[in-house]
Amino acid sequence: MKLSHLKVGETGTIVAFTDLDMSVKLMEMGCLPGEIVEVERFAPLGDPMAIRVAGYQLCLRKSEAEVIIIQ
Amino acid sequence: MSLDIKIALVGNPNTGKSTLFNRLTGLNQKIGNFPGITVDKKTGFTKLVDGKTAAVIDLPGTYSLYPKSNDESIVFQVLADKNNSSYPDVIILIVDASNLKRNMLLFSQVADLGIPMVLALNMIDLSEKQGIFIHIDKLAERLGVQVIPISARNNIGLDKLRQAVTNTNKISTQFTAVDVNFLAPEAINEVKQRLNADNDYYALQVLHQHEHLTFFTENDQVEIEQIEQKHHFESSKIQAAETIARYKHLSTILSDVVIDKGTANKFSFSDKLDGILTHKIWGFTIFLLILFVIFNAIFAWSSVPMDLIEQAFGYVTTYGHEHLPAGMLTDLLLDGVVAGLGGIFVFIPQIAILFAFISILEDTGYMSRVTFMMDKIMSKVGLNGKSVVPMIGGLACAVPSIMAARNIENWKDRMITIMVTPLISCSARLPVYILLISIIIPSKTILGIISLQGMALMIMYLISFVAAVLVAWVMKVIIKTKERSYFIMELPIYRMPRWKNVFYTMYEKSRTFVFEAGKVIIAISIILWVMASFGPGNRFENIDQKYATALTDPSKNPDHTQTLIATEKLENSYVGILGHFIEPAIRPLGYDWKIGIGLITSFAAREAFVGTMATIYSVDGGDADSATIRQRMESSVNNKTGLPVYTFATGISLMLFYAFAMQCMSTVAIVYRETKGWKWPVIQLAYMTAMAYFAALIAYQLLK
Repeated sequence: MKLSHLKVGETGTIVAFTDLDMSVKLMEMGCLPGEIVEVERFAPLGDPMAIRVAGYQLCLRKSEAEVIIIQ
Repeated sequence: MSLDIKIALVGNPNTGKSTLFNRLTGLNQKIGNFPGITVDKKTGFTKLVDGKTAAVIDLPGTYSLYPKSNDESIVFQVLADKNNSSYPDVIILIVDASNLKRNMLLFSQVADLGIPMVLALNMIDLSEKQGIFIHIDKLAERLGVQVIPISARNNIGLDKLRQAVTNTNKISTQFTAVDVNFLAPEAINEVKQRLNADNDYYALQVLHQHEHLTFFTENDQVEIEQIEQKHHFESSKIQAAETIARYKHLSTILSDVVIDKGTANKFSFSDKLDGILTHKIWGFTIFLLILFVIFNAIFAWSSVPMDLIEQAFGYVTTYGHEHLPAGMLTDLLLDGVVAGLGGIFVFIPQIAILFAFISILEDTGYMSRVTFMMDKIMSKVGLNGKSVVPMIGGLACAVPSIMAARNIENWKDRMITIMVTPLISCSARLPVYILLISIIIPSKTILGIISLQGMALMIMYLISFVAAVLVAWVMKVIIKTKERSYFIMELPIYRMPRWKNVFYTMYEKSRTFVFEAGKVIIAISIILWVMASFGPGNRFENIDQKYATALTDPSKNPDHTQTLIATEKLENSYVGILGHFIEPAIRPLGYDWKIGIGLITSFAAREAFVGTMATIYSVDGGDADSATIRQRMESSVNNKTGLPVYTFATGISLMLFYAFAMQCMSTVAIVYRETKGWKWPVIQLAYMTAMAYFAALIAYQLLK
């Protein structure tokens, strides 16, 4: 399942990335395989989204959340 | 001041790096450029415990040594080059104590470069309140460096930090976090040999980043590239492997170092606030309200100090002309240099107020919410949520705003932002708009409250926004790039603004504007002064002779005669000749050669238009030398047709011209500086001038 498919309040564990370049950027921001993420909210126009990961809030576009595979 | 030691501040964004920098150095700071690179370099000085003086260099905030923006690429550039004037003896790596794990990624990378360092755990008071406890000694022991808990905001632990820096050895003590050699052994060893280096991580970073490192010779670059290709060095894959290895290492280091008893509570306040501030309806309403307050403040609060500055410079000019020996040098000094300086200083109140607001909004964490809310709209036209800041700033002045576009990581997004920001109506256009609106729009109100003139002004601002958005969209289609646009950003928790930081930002941005844009404006002012004060051949002498008798004639008002001379001289100066020369080109826009002169003199800065018009239209009103510029311009008639010069059509055409035309040497200069070449400023100058010309042409032809 992709991170972008989660609804507000739902959580998941990161398992893999489908895009290598993007994965480096996301990992540097704390999105590591094994980390638990929670969807906090979506921007008023539906995109981007804010997630809770590694003890802080991160925002990213849905297209970027699509490369994160979760369980 | 003898300098004993150089300290570099390195850390993630939002860790309180600037606060620490300001605390350590106070007002003892200066801003320059890193050698060979156009990125701001903040340096300050501080006294250490043993009385030695240390230079503190504030490096841009970054999440890792792998850069994503121009600013971030400085960090490795400085830390990798022993010959760089900013290369530090000691690094203070600052982390947010309540978000240790992610922050420590950068620590582990910097540590592996082998420069002596101290770890500062900032916001320690805050994290303890949140229920996060850190075993300082255990952490220090495992890392091999001194770990100092501080709170820069509340001035806790700074003496200990100074002490720790004083105690630091010349040789680094930290343990290697990750032995990176296994990632690409052959390539790393070959680079080490080639560059005569002994650090594996340095060699690995060079392999990744050498294209962006300016200190290598062309020969070095070619050979490193060859090593890369020979060993099939796969940058992204290796970066990913390294990042995972580092986090794995950090998990071991941090296990039973951090005791977290209450992270959940940490966000409750921020969450509630976000519920309102990023709400579908309230979010945008509040954002618009804040924007309204900012505009109002920029225009209302700045008028008094701006008037004072103008009066002060006016006084200096008058006083100077009365008391200094009359002559060419005095004129150059007063009418060229002092006038130019006045044109720069008058913007300081607006820039200071704008940056005070920007700094408060950034400090509190609200600005990242604005970019979060706006990203979808902005990305549709090829911009980025982060473009909102420069575009709002463009309302005051494009120069600092274009500088503010640096934190946009994506090259294409950043270029488009830079290209369209000068279209947003800046404060220099305001005097021109106000003058023209007061001439062509009647001062009436409709429905009792709506002022027609105010509405016209608002429409001018709306036009500028629409134009910026349209041009951005066109550029999105035209500019091709392989780089993908992305938007991954931390949303910091809400905090109270730090008023000292706000003050420093105001001071710093005003100073940068005065020095960066000031140079160009003074230069252009002098050139324009020369062009307006001299004419070819002996035209000026002839004018003097022509009026010689009139000046001694007691029946004629000497002031009036002087203005006649000044106007005739301006007409015969190089600027005047140029004005006549371009007349055929601007006649279809509804302008005469006098307005042409105004267009030329206002090329340096738009507001010069008002002053030029004041000189040039001083006669047409007959004996009305005491009348205001507005009255003179209103009553001026075209010599050939006998019709008024300033009709509704001409006024609208002129306002549109000023809305779109580049007409600002400082912006050209800053775009050149930011894009490191003439390509982009030339494209910008060309497209904006073309847009201005055609908009003015269409408006005049339709309305006349």
